[in-house]
Amino acid sequence: MNSSVEHLSPTTSSARFSLPSKSTAGPKPNIYERNLNKTRVAEVSAASLSFLFSEVVQYTQKRVSGVNDLERRLNTLGYRVGARVLELTAYRAESSLKAPKREIRLLPALMAIHTQIWRAVYGRPADAIEKSVENVDEYMIIDNDPLIERHISVPRDLSGLSCSSFSAGIVEAVLDGLGFPARVTAHHTPTSTHPTRTTILIKLEKSVLDREDVLK
Amino acid sequence: MAIFGLWVINKAGGLVYQRSFADGLAQLTSNEYLVLAGTLHGIHAITSRLSPIPGQSSGAQVIEGETFKISVLLTLTGTKFILLTSPAEPASSIDVLLQKIYTTYAEKVMQNPFHTPEMPIRSEAFDVSLGALIS
Repeated sequence: MNSSVEHLSPTTSSARFSLPSKSTAGPKPNIYERNLNKTRVAEVSAASLSFLFSEVVQYTQKRVSGVNDLERRLNTLGYRVGARVLELTAYRAESSLKAPKREIRLLPALMAIHTQIWRAVYGRPADAIEKSVENVDEYMIIDNDPLIERHISVPRDLSGLSCSSFSAGIVEAVLDGLGFPARVTAHHTPTSTHPTRTTILIKLEKSVLDREDVLK
Repeated sequence: MAIFGLWVINKAGGLVYQRSFADGLAQLTSNEYLVLAGTLHGIHAITSRLSPIPGQSSGAQVIEGETFKISVLLTLTGTKFILLTSPAEPASSIDVLLQKIYTTYAEKVMQNPFHTPEMPIRSEAFDVSLGALIS
């Protein structure tokens, strides 16, 4: 096996996979300097996302002991994505609107999550948003067919697991970023027409409700 | 013109999925299904060496009997999809169906994080999609 560095030189004729096909003048631009709006309407194939998420779940499952821990870890991973999604969505909205708004009231913030954040991450708005009748601090976002869960079949010994804990983490990070701390969990609520229907339960902290009362 | 059953055999020759779609078929024990699948795997391997034309050839693709027809789809990874049908079923529709089954397998089984590759398939989503595809 040829272990010398010769095959990496651009002057050799053997097959190369990572060198550019034409020589560019100046240093090659790296990903950090690319315009953020360049990939604004870019799409990723659903199969790639499914395979990636499948590996995320398998990786997490090897390191946990139990359904709750698995959901908590997926929530943490979603949190890291959500923080970045919020910043990116706000930045992209800023460049297209003349007077970009930041939501400071609860209901507009929840509506923004329901439509804009879901559209930014999954390509379509969520299906419903509801307010709980029993508890005044609970709201629910419902997705009839979550994209990441489309091909997942949870085995019987892990029943009760909702891999949409990842989406719950995204929502929790967006709410934290907007200034509405909450505890967000995902629950599998299938119906006959939508077997993968998921409810994302948002339990807001008391400080948020007090602030809403003051601002009313 | 009916589809009797579907078997999925992994690259080692073990049966990972078996399902019957018509009523009135002979009921076999799971052990008998395993033996039959292993035998079919062996036959398929032998027939891939029997071609009189020099060069690579795939194994048997269709095995016909008086009352049944076995169609085999061998994928690039060595997984075999075996469809048992009545002899009158047209070959084109069987090929199309096998391709769709393969696509369903790639989606519901391979993208399922709770499935270990080459192990028996226990996926409700796969069962439901297959039921929708065949009937």
